Amino acid sequence: MYETMLVSRFFEEAIEAIYLEGKKPVFNMAKGPIPGEMHLSNGQEPCAVGVCAHLTSSDIVTSTHRPHHAAIAKGVDLARMAAEIFGKKTGLSGGRGGHMHIFDPDVNFSCSGIIAQGMGPAVGAALSRKMQGRDGVAVSYIGEGAANQGAFHETLNLAALWKLPVIFVIEDNAWGISVAKSASTAIPNNALRASAYGMPGHHVTGNDPIAIFAAAGEAIALARSGGGPSLIDIETDRLAGHFMGDAEAYRPKGELEALRARDPIPAFARRLQSEDALSDADLAAISDRARSKVDDAIGFARESAYPEPDEALDKVFV
Amino acid sequence: MSSGAVAAANERRLTIARAMAEAIAQEMRIDPSVFVMGEDVGTLGGVFGNTRGLFDEFGGERVRDTPISETAFMGAATGAASDGMRPIVELMFVDFFGVCFDAIYNSMAKNAYFSGGTVKVPVVLMTSTGGGYSDGGQHSQCLYGTFAHLPGMKVVAPSNAYDAKGLMTASIRDDNPVIYMYHKGLQGMGWLGTEPAATVHVPEESYTIPFGQAAIVREGKDVTIVSVAMGVHNALKAADLLAAKGVSAEVVDLRTLVPLDRDTVFASVSKTGRLIVVDEDYHSYGMTGEIIASIAERDLSVLKASPQRVAYPDIPIPFSRPMEQFALPSPEKIIEAYEKMKGRRGWRWM
Ligand SMILES: Cc1ncc(C[n+]2csc(CCOP(=O)(O)OP(=O)(O)O)c2C)c(N)n1
Repeated sequence: MYETMLVSRFFEEAIEAIYLEGKKPVFNMAKGPIPGEMHLSNGQEPCAVGVCAHLTSSDIVTSTHRPHHAAIAKGVDLARMAAEIFGKKTGLSGGRGGHMHIFDPDVNFSCSGIIAQGMGPAVGAALSRKMQGRDGVAVSYIGEGAANQGAFHETLNLAALWKLPVIFVIEDNAWGISVAKSASTAIPNNALRASAYGMPGHHVTGNDPIAIFAAAGEAIALARSGGGPSLIDIETDRLAGHFMGDAEAYRPKGELEALRARDPIPAFARRLQSEDALSDADLAAISDRARSKVDDAIGFARESAYPEPDEALDKVFV
Repeated sequence: MSSGAVAAANERRLTIARAMAEAIAQEMRIDPSVFVMGEDVGTLGGVFGNTRGLFDEFGGERVRDTPISETAFMGAATGAASDGMRPIVELMFVDFFGVCFDAIYNSMAKNAYFSGGTVKVPVVLMTSTGGGYSDGGQHSQCLYGTFAHLPGMKVVAPSNAYDAKGLMTASIRDDNPVIYMYHKGLQGMGWLGTEPAATVHVPEESYTIPFGQAAIVREGKDVTIVSVAMGVHNALKAADLLAAKGVSAEVVDLRTLVPLDRDTVFASVSKTGRLIVVDEDYHSYGMTGEIIASIAERDLSVLKASPQRVAYPDIPIPFSRPMEQFALPSPEKIIEAYEKMKGRRGWRWM
């Protein structure tokens, strides 16, 4: 899990640096090797690894506009995902989708940039597995902001009603763009909502991969054994802006510094040293492996060719 | 001419974003029933800057950040409007309307009719349109035709800040639901690489631009190019290029799609005999077809050549830059359309 968290963080750091190429001194989203919006997942890695560590490639994950960490933890092909984010021909969709539309059917991963719209497809995939008598659970990631979307309430009810093997995971980073959770949600934690729909609700604090792993283990075991859905509400931290270019003036003074001081990656490293007796050399070796995976993927993306312009017309229908 | 010839001395150049915010503030000062709600409209001032300053002046009661609950707040806008308020509701990208469309096209837009005109629903919906900066297929659409197709709501799409202010004031004062669609590339936000020609002089005092009145933004005699929003700027650039070839193009900015000023378009095409319609929305079943049909229905004989359209191909908007740029309308594509029209000319061409 630690290595996957590092891959995710190094990946985001590389994307961030490349995104800014061509966007200085004047920030213009259209410019540079990676144009468009960019939502980074720095700080939210525990939510990805703690849940996905229980999954195999045949399980289903749907994600959001902030999908890289979940995709990496689910085993999405890193090089082809990087190429997709660059808009290259070798990308997962040949450059048609981009960073908010990562689709890798080999590992059953997909996402939508429309808030809460990954939830229905997760429920549907779980229904499909149940109807076909095939193993597998579906995990739907959303932000805490999405828990106020109609789709959230409708899908929770449907999943519980039909006892489907689906796990709803809320990554509560306390912000929906500039709107604080306290200004958007009438209750303090969304795990409370689970009981309204007749499913177990887990509330995990501390942005702690081990605690998330434990809660997810329970929820996934329940789903695999035919016990139906669960909701896992995780308090996590967004260490980046909502998107690249966000001035973050809405954050209270000092908040970002405080969040950075509790960055889950160094915290996990310290724990591995004290509880599992990993040496500095062990950690460095893990870090080197993670770094080289990311370097390879980014190198592949950089070197790949752009699609031909008129490929835009292909694949509307299959 | 909408932006008008103004003495340089008292020029007050505003972006569309600021012109919109100014119009809203002026109406809020005189009419306590006007209020704003939507995602990130408060302290952030709107993702695209069009509610900037409102929270500071009017406070959180009248400038309300909402949860990401569009079905709830679009429905709430309908209810509040029917009960005497004038909500202005922002949903930052037009692409996001799918989640709450029922509240709009089945209620907001129909309640006046269902009530025999006794219930008024004076809502203004604000949303951004358009791509060109690689934001992918869920953040770059225009969907003008989708909203214009459904009866009961007016559809506004300004191409410059002067029109933006006058159309916003008219939208707020209108007793019907209006969707006010502003193009991201015209908004004056540097991070979106804005079109400079959209930032023009805007008078400080309040004024309205009546709906259903297209503007002839450039006069010409050989071909009429009709468009809205970003398409108008592409048309003006194409007109410059055509002028260099000795072709005089007239450019019509529709300004509102509903109501649609068919008369101005018809008069222009009657004069030039040739028509190109430019739209960043999808090609089929949209504004381009509607404009051409209006001419064909009224009097086909005014046409000296087959009308042409330059619109977005019927594909989801691709992310990758070369593919997106390939698909977008452009001045060059308008020239190509003119050449094609010329290549196919019949006996009436001269
Ligand atoms: C239906 C819909 N409404 C609004 C948006 C715009 N939007 C994109 S991200 C976002 C905030 C999401 O907050 P949250 O769900 O907490 O996720 P986070 O960004 O914090 O990861 C909003 C409002 C959208 N993409 N889709």
